[in-house]
Amino acid sequence: MAAAEFDIPEIKENIEVPKLREGVMAHARTFPAAQPIQDYLGYPHELGDDWKERAIDKMGDMLGKYRSLKVFLDICVHCGACTDKCHYYLGTSDPKNMPVARQDLMRQVYRRYFTTAGKLFPKLVGARDLTKEVLDDWYSYYYQCSECRRCSVFCPYGIDTAEITMVGREILNHVGMGQKYSNEILTKVMKIGNNLGLPGPALQDTLEGLEEDIEADTGVPVKMPLDVKGAEVLLITPSADFFSEPHVESLIGYAKVFHAAGINWTMSSYASEAANFGLFDANYEVMRKAAMRIRDAALELGVKRIVVGECGHAWRVAYSFWNTLNGIGYGGNDPFSIELQKQLDPTYPQPQHICEVTHDLIKSGKIKVDPSANDDLVVTFHDSCNVARGSRMGTEPGGQFTVPRELIKAVANNFHNMADETIYESTFCCGGGGGLLTDDLMEVRVKGALPRATALNNVVKEHQVNFMAMICAICKAQFTKVLPKYGFDMSMVGGVHQLVSKAIKLD
Amino acid sequence: MTIIYAGMFYIATLLLVVGLAYKIYDYSRTPAPLKIPTTPAPTTQKGVAYRMAKEVVLFESLFKSNKWIWVFGYLFHFGLFLVLARHLRYFTEPVWFWVDFIQPFGKYASIMMVVGLAGLLTRRFVVDRVRYISTPSDYLMLLLLLAIGLTGMMMTFVVHTDIIGLKAFFMGLIYLDVQPIPQDRILLVHLALVALLMVIFPISKLLHAPGVFFSPTRNQVDNPREHRHVAAWAARLDQNN
Ligand code: SF4
Ligand code: SF4
Repeated sequence: MAAAEFDIPEIKENIEVPKLREGVMAHARTFPAAQPIQDYLGYPHELGDDWKERAIDKMGDMLGKYRSLKVFLDICVHCGACTDKCHYYLGTSDPKNMPVARQDLMRQVYRRYFTTAGKLFPKLVGARDLTKEVLDDWYSYYYQCSECRRCSVFCPYGIDTAEITMVGREILNHVGMGQKYSNEILTKVMKIGNNLGLPGPALQDTLEGLEEDIEADTGVPVKMPLDVKGAEVLLITPSADFFSEPHVESLIGYAKVFHAAGINWTMSSYASEAANFGLFDANYEVMRKAAMRIRDAALELGVKRIVVGECGHAWRVAYSFWNTLNGIGYGGNDPFSIELQKQLDPTYPQPQHICEVTHDLIKSGKIKVDPSANDDLVVTFHDSCNVARGSRMGTEPGGQFTVPRELIKAVANNFHNMADETIYESTFCCGGGGGLLTDDLMEVRVKGALPRATALNNVVKEHQVNFMAMICAICKAQFTKVLPKYGFDMSMVGGVHQLVSKAIKLD
Repeated sequence: MTIIYAGMFYIATLLLVVGLAYKIYDYSRTPAPLKIPTTPAPTTQKGVAYRMAKEVVLFESLFKSNKWIWVFGYLFHFGLFLVLARHLRYFTEPVWFWVDFIQPFGKYASIMMVVGLAGLLTRRFVVDRVRYISTPSDYLMLLLLLAIGLTGMMMTFVVHTDIIGLKAFFMGLIYLDVQPIPQDRILLVHLALVALLMVIFPISKLLHAPGVFFSPTRNQVDNPREHRHVAAWAARLDQNN
């Protein structure tokens, strides 16, 4: 791995909007996917002679399938309202990391080949031929967007750059320029069942080891069941929870919650992954295929409820897309949906977030907690972008902000929010989402974390915050790696259920 | 001259109407395969209508985003709205009651409009980020609108034009009975620019006006756990299982 050959930005008192510096991040290029991976996913592995036609064809195909793409490419007025909203622009000052400029990389080509004005007067409307140079820009800058949707909150028309980034990556896939990191992960999840490529027996071992640890620690035989037919709840959690730190602490937390509430639950070795990297490219079929494993596991195990662990984009896919992709949810009256709905318990929403489950159990008194167990901590909460801007919890809009916070406040006595413009719907991405959590993009990740690091630094100074709770596997992995570069201790980073785990009463 | 202008307006109107109708048809037939409202989002259709109304009437997201753009953008659009409403008097006989009512405001709204446009144009030059993303058409669009506004103001406040004759011309166009157009240079420039704007509308970023209503991040209901949302092209995949 390349050592850090870049300057770590300095944390200022406030998040500042930098003067633009052209081209400073053009060199940051993620590693390309090799042939076997591209083959497996059905993409070419190198640019053929006809790459340009393929790219334009694919763009035309996507324009017909995605209204978001068509409308967003047409209606941007270049007002500039989004230009200072992206953490990658704020952290790098490269103008192509401004959301509208990132969109323009594609919009210029769209105008040239698909609009009257761009065909007739390309210069006038900023239309451009698709050249290798443009394609290289796509590859650089579509992998410097974490698809966090922050820009879409602030655009007067809701233009979501993430939608364009996803399509950009998919077109790149189709001309043979896939990303090693994401595409490798997708092949693993489709072949083995999780992003880590952890086979069933290894998973079984890991879980047994954890059971022993918990019993040694608490004296209570908390179970980590795998592939139990007829269980009530199927837990789908990011595979990082199985052995990464601090993720595993949250897994232990979920297990304790189910134990304390007396809920019969299981995990699945076939569907041992909540993450779905299919979201990151606009390849509906790949995303659907990954999601279908969960449906199949649910049918196979005969479970009545499906609960999702702490993972941001996974929760977006589960909450917003599962009903569409794999029929987990209600309201479908086609045979595909009915088959699953017959089996699910209609008194619960499907799927449910683990925070919703735990929060309800505490509120209804079914589990007991002692918040003083976390008195050594002063806690803040990092809203993960996909949860904040692409999903919900509970019954009211904004439940994705209140449910985890109420849960934290139930299990810990000291809580402080970070600055308003950096949380809730305005939350800043950790810098590693959307398929960027790879060492070959370390510079992008570190610089993109600057706004969050700044906001964190302020609550550390003001309120002596020493723990940033979150509900996303990517955020946890990113922050434990990147925050130390800004001088924070990595033990500050952890899951909400890590706090629950400490406070819950088991007997 | 009358024939040229009459022809010009017929053609411009035709292009505007057909172009917009096609775009709206095109947007509405293109599916949105996934639920992608930017959350927190309303959980009911009524809630979505309210969210959309706040966007269109108050520019809510823009207000959250950038106060300067909001102020200038609002001055321009609200000014334009009043000015357009006032112009209805040239196309209606008898003039509708509410058009008469806003007449005095409409006159001064042109000032709001021009100030807003000037502000937006200044930002394009002054703010480095906005300058970077601006294309020649972005500047020209503002200049075109400014020119329309300023020629209009000239006729309202400086040298009045033959309003009666102008109205006769437009009523003539509506009833297919072409009447002579007043020979006033400022008026002719004003009208030519307006016709140009009408032609550009359906092939430019001015599509944001109809387009915002089709923006899936703003017009979708947040109810994916309760309602299954499947696009036609995606539903076919379910049958293979
Ligand atoms: S989606 Fe997020 S990362 Fe991508 S351009 Fe918008 S703000 Fe930046
Ligand atoms: S805020 Fe929206 S309309 Fe304005 S420049 Fe950005 S994407 Fe375009």
